[in-house]
Amino acid sequence: MLVFIIRRLMQSAVVLFAMSLLVFVGVYAIGNPVDILINPNADQQDIERAIRGLGLDKPLWEQYLVFLRQAALGDLGKSFAFNVPALQLILERMPATLELATAAMLIAVVVGLPLGLWAGLKPDSFAGKSIMAGSILGFSLPTFWVGLMLIMVFSVYLGWLPSNGRGPTTDLFGVPVSFLSWDGIRHLVMPATNLALFNLALVIRLTRAGTREALLQDYVKFARAKGLSDARVIGVHVLKNISIPIVTVTGLQFGTLIAFAIVTETIFAWPGMGKLIIDSINVLDRPVIVAYLLIIVTLFIVINLVVDVLYSVLDPRVRLGDTKA
Amino acid sequence: MNLPGDAPTNGAETTALPVSAPHAGVALGAPEETPFRRIAGDFAASKLALFGLALFALIVLCALFAPLISPQNPYDLAQLDVLDSRLEPGSRSGDGKLVFWLGTDDQGRDMLSAIFYGLRISIGVGVTATLCALAIGTTLGLAAAFFGGRTDSLIMRVADIQLSFPAILIALILLAVLGQGVDKIVVALVAVQWAYYARTVRGSALVERSKEYMEAARCLALPASRIVFRHLLPNCLPPLIVVATVQVAAAIALEATLSFLGLGLPITEPSLGLLIANGFTYMLSGKYWISFFPGVALLATIVSINLVGDQLRDVLNPRLQR
Repeated sequence: MLVFIIRRLMQSAVVLFAMSLLVFVGVYAIGNPVDILINPNADQQDIERAIRGLGLDKPLWEQYLVFLRQAALGDLGKSFAFNVPALQLILERMPATLELATAAMLIAVVVGLPLGLWAGLKPDSFAGKSIMAGSILGFSLPTFWVGLMLIMVFSVYLGWLPSNGRGPTTDLFGVPVSFLSWDGIRHLVMPATNLALFNLALVIRLTRAGTREALLQDYVKFARAKGLSDARVIGVHVLKNISIPIVTVTGLQFGTLIAFAIVTETIFAWPGMGKLIIDSINVLDRPVIVAYLLIIVTLFIVINLVVDVLYSVLDPRVRLGDTKA
Repeated sequence: MNLPGDAPTNGAETTALPVSAPHAGVALGAPEETPFRRIAGDFAASKLALFGLALFALIVLCALFAPLISPQNPYDLAQLDVLDSRLEPGSRSGDGKLVFWLGTDDQGRDMLSAIFYGLRISIGVGVTATLCALAIGTTLGLAAAFFGGRTDSLIMRVADIQLSFPAILIALILLAVLGQGVDKIVVALVAVQWAYYARTVRGSALVERSKEYMEAARCLALPASRIVFRHLLPNCLPPLIVVATVQVAAAIALEATLSFLGLGLPITEPSLGLLIANGFTYMLSGKYWISFFPGVALLATIVSINLVGDQLRDVLNPRLQR
């Protein structure tokens, strides 16, 4: 286990290093860093002083080392658009994205689990077949288009829900959150549902497949033979055994949710990290782009590692010898 | 010379029974029973898959013949009239010549025509990216399986790491670095997809490598390139075809998403994603058709390809063969 974690950490370091190199080369070598880092209104003297000040007169490899050292110290440059450190800007937006992703995950599990269970217990019923057909749609529908349709139906025609923004936030342990006020929930429901759709389909399929498999197992037959009630057989014996793949997949999907939040946040003007990166790309706010990419890659590496370790804790049959990314 | 496993059309048959490959073309039983016909017959067993294939064929035809069947050329400014802008579906143009069945956008462009032209770009980008990714991924996957050792672990490790990140994130990183453009989005889509093919082809190539016909080919001292491309590759094709089909749909959806975000195609190449993005502004004032119909076209394309892919998966899977 320890060997596994150490090996994974080393591998993560290599990935992060490769990513930083890619981002560095992309931003500092392909584009002209002078245009990117220095105020275009500065005069020639100022520009030359800034070039020396930023170390841009040094060879590329030395610049990269400087960039790495500063990145390690948490200095990823200042945003042009907001004139505050890029890192701070992103960290400020992170709670909104995390709240959205968590809400989406909750919806996916709370709605998906019962539906998947139903479809697995009664696969040939009309309801079971409809649930499966719905889950195929959930996979095929492009997220951004569903978001637009949600806005069209619930904001434009029915006027039930607000179409953009986060609404009022309440501080919870110093972190602003939306879900504590009614208006905040109204703002949260639609984006979270939109983001949840893909995972909802996934949870339904996993639960259904797991349930159908579990029902054929000896321990279920034995529990039935013992005369346990259906509720107990399904609620305790079946549900416990199908929870492992569901936990793993939902865990791994959390990262995907944060990535896909880029789309949802853009549609619903949700003030999170995803909207920030799109806005930054549109105005070429390069320090923010670099900082976002490095942070999100780090986040992913951590999530993947945590899920792998959790998996082995939940399922003792899993051996962590093989290194997966 | 027709070595076992040499004929590419034997793909599916030889996966199950590699030794019988030479007979496959000569017919077992009925003289018309070629592998292609058998697969076609199995495929046609599902009405839903046939429907998907017909729908996809129709969409491709619309895209191919867009200039011939469109009521107007949506990008010829001389044919557009600003007075016709944002008309509801079914309304007539100002001069009474045209009926806009799906309405018009903010520049008085017929949405039906815009969708036909948009399909060309969406499908074109999706198919090009898939073919490039297929070529690169297959080559790398075959190399990994054939050479083994260091080459194998290096290629597969990179693929593994890449697959642990969501596709949209990888594409976003690349596009943030590269900028906009048709070539750039194709590069991004290829970078996202090659790993799927590499992994698939390596898996089946490792199984095939240990079979007798491969041993026979090696005993004949054939050059490595001939063994890989004439013997190994044809027998790894069935799963690749399935993955490629599904990935075309994924590529089209990803391109639409990125273009919607303003990261993919430039405004001069109006794919379906850009059409939808364009209509987003007008949606809040109730003008749904500018976004709605391109979205339906996108959905129809993706669903039809997925229906075909699902059935192909069943038909080409040797374990499910009847």
